[in-house]
Amino acid sequence: MSPRTLYDKIWDEHMVAVRSDGSSLLYIDRHLVHEVTSPQAFEGLREAGRPLRRPNAILSVADHNVPTIDREKGIADETCRLQVEALEANVKAYGVPYLPLLDDRQGIVHVVGPEQGFTLPGTTIVCGDSHTSTHGAFGALAFGIGTSEVEHVMATQTLPQRKSKNLRVRFEGALPPGLGAKDLALALIGRIGTAGGTGHVMEFTGAAVRALSMEGRMTLCNMSIEGGARSGLVAPDETTFAYLQGRAMAPQDALWDQALAHWRTLVSDEDAAFETDVVLDVSALAPQVTWGTSPQWVTDIAGRVPDPERVASEDDRQAMRRALDYMDLKPGTPIADIPLQAVFIGSCTNGRIEDLREAAAVARGRKVAAGLRALVVPGSGLVKRQAEAEGLDRIFLEAGFEWRQPGCSMCLGMNDDRLDEGVRCASTSNRNFEGRQGRGSRTHLVSPGMAAAAAVTGHFTDVRRLMGI
Amino acid sequence: MEPFTTLTGVAAPLLRPNIDTDLIIPKQFLKTLVRSGLGRNLFHEIRYDAAGAELSDFVLNREPYRRASILLAGPNFGCGSSREHAPWALKDFGIRAILAPSFADIFYTNCFANGLLPVQLPMEAIEALAAAAGPLTVDLAAQEVRSGGLCYAFEIEPARKAVLLEGLDEIKRTEANLADITRYEAHRRSEAPWLEIRNH
Repeated sequence: MSPRTLYDKIWDEHMVAVRSDGSSLLYIDRHLVHEVTSPQAFEGLREAGRPLRRPNAILSVADHNVPTIDREKGIADETCRLQVEALEANVKAYGVPYLPLLDDRQGIVHVVGPEQGFTLPGTTIVCGDSHTSTHGAFGALAFGIGTSEVEHVMATQTLPQRKSKNLRVRFEGALPPGLGAKDLALALIGRIGTAGGTGHVMEFTGAAVRALSMEGRMTLCNMSIEGGARSGLVAPDETTFAYLQGRAMAPQDALWDQALAHWRTLVSDEDAAFETDVVLDVSALAPQVTWGTSPQWVTDIAGRVPDPERVASEDDRQAMRRALDYMDLKPGTPIADIPLQAVFIGSCTNGRIEDLREAAAVARGRKVAAGLRALVVPGSGLVKRQAEAEGLDRIFLEAGFEWRQPGCSMCLGMNDDRLDEGVRCASTSNRNFEGRQGRGSRTHLVSPGMAAAAAVTGHFTDVRRLMGI
Repeated sequence: MEPFTTLTGVAAPLLRPNIDTDLIIPKQFLKTLVRSGLGRNLFHEIRYDAAGAELSDFVLNREPYRRASILLAGPNFGCGSSREHAPWALKDFGIRAILAPSFADIFYTNCFANGLLPVQLPMEAIEALAAAAGPLTVDLAAQEVRSGGLCYAFEIEPARKAVLLEGLDEIKRTEANLADITRYEAHRRSEAPWLEIRNH
């Protein structure tokens, strides 16, 4: 057999049929379901009188529009409440496993899946959410789908697919202290653009990726969709296996050994062909900060807001002018001089325990800058419990941060956690699109350490300076 | 699903690059339980002011574009969130075809599930069609876009073309492979037994 990439191997293993029109039917092992993109899919099944093929292949949880405060009192916003109630009624009617709102295991779907051992190497995983790419950190082919496809998977446990191209990203050199996976992701997107990975599956390789924890790898794969690739992949290794062993839904005993033997084969063959190669030396990378309304518009903490007039193409110039106007930034302004009114630490990108530890290490013994509002939202109830056991909640609260209950929260502001018009926010989330965190709000994407540094100084500050690095 | 064959109509130019699905339909409208009724909220944040009044400089608030059935856009249209509410909102407004130099993958797939045709054409062609400003015809069978004296051919995968031309139901199509699926599942259970979830 000719050499294959990791993506090729997972693809081949899940091929159910090649149809006469040339499209392939791919088997789906795991399906994550949340309240926002599933009601119309359940309704479709009901209208057609179709059964749900494998309820046990699904894990469902409400995350997008749940309150992050006083949850015990119920959901005050009626439209949010109706959507969560619809999910609860649907999963009950179809016998789908569900993690209730007040359960410790509830949280953001992409934090919960790995945490429970639902996410496994070599599997195909889908969810009606673009950040499903997160699960690629385990060497799973994981991608976001629309609601019609959610219904398709519920009915048939398969999806008609076209094979993507292979893109290999090699991060060369060691990441400097004080930097993390978020900086890798933003630097990459700055290089290739938000459409750079369109039509591709991205495999992340190199020493800097091998050195990342599972949580770091999840951050990296989470952002592959912001680089245009529906899926990111990291080949599983000892770090992966150590993370998974003993998780509630992971295989155990003899099945674990059998799984492990298979998982060790999940690497790209040495001579496998990638259509596209990107190499990035990260040994001199500095903390990344976005300045525009697209994740590709990024520089580092020592950088300045760029000048659109120096850009060659008229279309790009216009787009940049529009972005700077929206962001209320002047060309040439040092990034470190940009003042902030809000900080958000959380999301499926950076809402895990290591992210909170990184932010707490900066917040410890310091105070949130006057007039600034800072929110910490754990990615799941288990992350919250762990953080509280380590005393991180006390550190945040004493510094003046708000300590919230788990959910997607201010990453997209479907619940009450929104920014007002004109408010500028340093955010550990994944999108700085116009209006993403609230109409007219201004988002700068950064790592958890950089967000905490911004919170305690009131402007962007190199986190390494505060950490004595 | 309603088939897509030939469409002639007004084409609204919105030539910005990277129009994301948050811009197409903002988060506050994702709380719906149905697929319909989102057209009035299409491009909400750039179409209305904070009080809900129309912004007169936005293309869909001007004649003849209020009746647009075709959208002309910049590269990487539909990037970001996977929300199918984006094609639902476009369709509910009356848009049936989007012409752009490139599309984000998830949005592109979502279009076909809703009888919307995404057409890939070079930016120069999009700009020429916008400048022509006349009625535009999208002919899927012939794989051509025509406006006045302009005519551009476009590529589309045959399987996707058939889905639109015949208005096929994808789930029904896949049900023809049910025996293959059952066979695959039996094979997987013996080859990869660790995949069975026991601890729900």
